[in-house]
Amino acid sequence: MKLKPVGYLERGELPLEKGEALRLYRAMRRARFFDEKAMTLQRQGRLGVYAPFMGQEAAQVGVGLALGEGDWVVPSYRETALLLTRGVPIHVLLLYWRAHPAGWGFPEGVRAVNPYIPIATQIPQAVGLALAGRHRGEGWVVATSIGDGGTSEGDFHEGLNFAAVFQAPVIFLVQNNGYAISVPRHRQMRVDYIARKAEGYGMPGVVVDGNDAVAVYLEAKKAVERARKGEGPTLLEALTYRLAPHTTSDDPSRYRTREEEEAWRKKDPVLRFRKALEEGGLWGEEEERALLGELEEEFARELALADSAPEPRPEEIVEHVYKEMGPDQRRAFEALRQGLHLEEVW
Amino acid sequence: MVKEKTRVLNMVQAINEALDLALAQDPRVLVFGEDVGRLGGVFRVTEGLQAKHGEARVFDTPLAESGILGLAIGLAMGGMRPVAEIQFAGFLYPALDQILSHLGRWRHRSRGRVGLPVVVRAPYGGGVHTPEQHADSPEAILCHTPGVKVVIPSSPERAKGLLLAAIEDEDPVFFLEAIKLYRGARAEVPEGYYTLPLGKARVLREGKAATLIGYGGMVEVMLEAAEVAGREGVEVTVVDLETLVPLDEETVLEAVRATGRAIVVYEAMRTGGFGAEVAARIAEGALDYLQAPVLRVAGYDAPYPPFSAIEHLYRPNARRVLAALRKALSY
Ligand SMILES: Cc1ncc(C[n+]2csc(CCOP(=O)(O)OP(=O)(O)O)c2C)c(N)n1
Repeated sequence: MKLKPVGYLERGELPLEKGEALRLYRAMRRARFFDEKAMTLQRQGRLGVYAPFMGQEAAQVGVGLALGEGDWVVPSYRETALLLTRGVPIHVLLLYWRAHPAGWGFPEGVRAVNPYIPIATQIPQAVGLALAGRHRGEGWVVATSIGDGGTSEGDFHEGLNFAAVFQAPVIFLVQNNGYAISVPRHRQMRVDYIARKAEGYGMPGVVVDGNDAVAVYLEAKKAVERARKGEGPTLLEALTYRLAPHTTSDDPSRYRTREEEEAWRKKDPVLRFRKALEEGGLWGEEEERALLGELEEEFARELALADSAPEPRPEEIVEHVYKEMGPDQRRAFEALRQGLHLEEVW
Repeated sequence: MVKEKTRVLNMVQAINEALDLALAQDPRVLVFGEDVGRLGGVFRVTEGLQAKHGEARVFDTPLAESGILGLAIGLAMGGMRPVAEIQFAGFLYPALDQILSHLGRWRHRSRGRVGLPVVVRAPYGGGVHTPEQHADSPEAILCHTPGVKVVIPSSPERAKGLLLAAIEDEDPVFFLEAIKLYRGARAEVPEGYYTLPLGKARVLREGKAATLIGYGGMVEVMLEAAEVAGREGVEVTVVDLETLVPLDEETVLEAVRATGRAIVVYEAMRTGGFGAEVAARIAEGALDYLQAPVLRVAGYDAPYPPFSAIEHLYRPNARRVLAALRKALSY
């Protein structure tokens, strides 16, 4: 089997109608805007540890926009762009990265669950969620995402096998950004393309140029269609690169070179797509300025909302552990509410 | 109370009946795991369920415990009520990440938005000469996981009602079934659908000399010891915890306050076992009433022996409970 990445922008093609193309661009630009702002806020001490996605917008937004309204996303920690496209409000995401309880549990009606911190554990869960949609006759599709390093975990394999056996309507997006923190792909596995593994489970595997929003979007749409028709799961490998550190606590200069980063910066998915739109006469300086103005305003509004969220109450520590508190939570709740420690009331 | 019609069933039949009723009553209930479909499970607990309720509701999964738990979590997120079987409790270990990181945490990490009404059933414990790894009692690991409940029935009649309550519960419940009791315990079991409340301990016998506290497969051991002691004029109280989390601390403390002596019986490894938790709670809540140290009768700090000729030395029996009782009385 020969695998070759699918791409369009390199060839100067834009097989999308104008409205669709602009929707894709605006969503990517908005995500990039968020990422830049979040990095700044983190440096100012106004966010906790943050995992930037800069460079991976095309992969996430492409998949996010390929989904329908009733579909679900089951993301990992780097998928903030995916969550933005699914309608999670910016202030909720800021609160999430502030480790504030109000950023936990997304608003009703948003078909996305909290990002997962342990690697790969979301994979079998996404399969279960997809099967629930089938049982309930609602037929939603689930998109879940993982990094190249995550594909080494056992749950990745168990989940893909389950999905294939049950023909579950799932899209497995692998964002192959070349590194698991510091470990390069070739120290993680001995295959050239991760998508090749799909055959071993009995599902299609597709490699796309992950910095080409059009390619990701169109391939994801095909996968969504297949899933919706009951034809089962797809593994979609997006070849991409994170331009920023792994998290705000990481120092990438210890494990990769400036030349490598510069080479990838030239393929920046946001700039690349903007250029394609400009060449096609669909976008220009003026539109860009207007969009940035909108984004600036939206972000300021949302940041103010996040800033005005009340401090968490001490007793929130033991809330929502069970639907109804058991005797042990109740005792702790009362103590915390009165400003006491558990030891003082037990 | 209307007197229900009953029949004598063993534990396997009672649990099978509970699953059958749950499947019939609620279309959201799904039963799955390794070999639960066509075979009916290695202990036949799910026998006949696939034929009756169809392959969509009762199905075999690939052999992957983490996958099974993950699948259950996703199904519950999507509005189903999964009842997953893990073939032996000792094979929960490959799924521990799903349990510790997710099953117990989702309600909390979603601030109450995502509750997971998952039931995980697993046979546990020794006494029937199973191969290596098939007799583990990992309840303490589960009890140390915030957000899950742990139920261990000790009779067919209790198992049926508790399992139906577990399936109705909005939170994840581990339902551990003592292998020794599957065919060994027989009792009158009411027909029809009924639930028994989770989180309640039962006092099975009352006496003034000491309180024996245990659960699951140890209940018959405690009752046997109590019977022997009773013949010698030493009457003891026997408490069946039934639900480990949430623990019915009040019933335990009340019983211990009335007797002044407590012996906790469990077949898991002694160190860090659930009996240690019970002992600690007694020390915190009833120290003034104690006339002897709280004693534990438990497994050894070693893997459960795969050698059937000596497994009876590992698993607590009535003689060991009686020895502890003598020690407590002569303190
Ligand atoms: C089970 C588990 N092990 C280790 C970690 C620590 N960790 C966090 S991110 C990461 C690397 C993940 O790399 P990859 O899957 O390629 O995703 P990326 O961060 O590149 O998006 C590691 C080892 C973790 N979160 N979970």
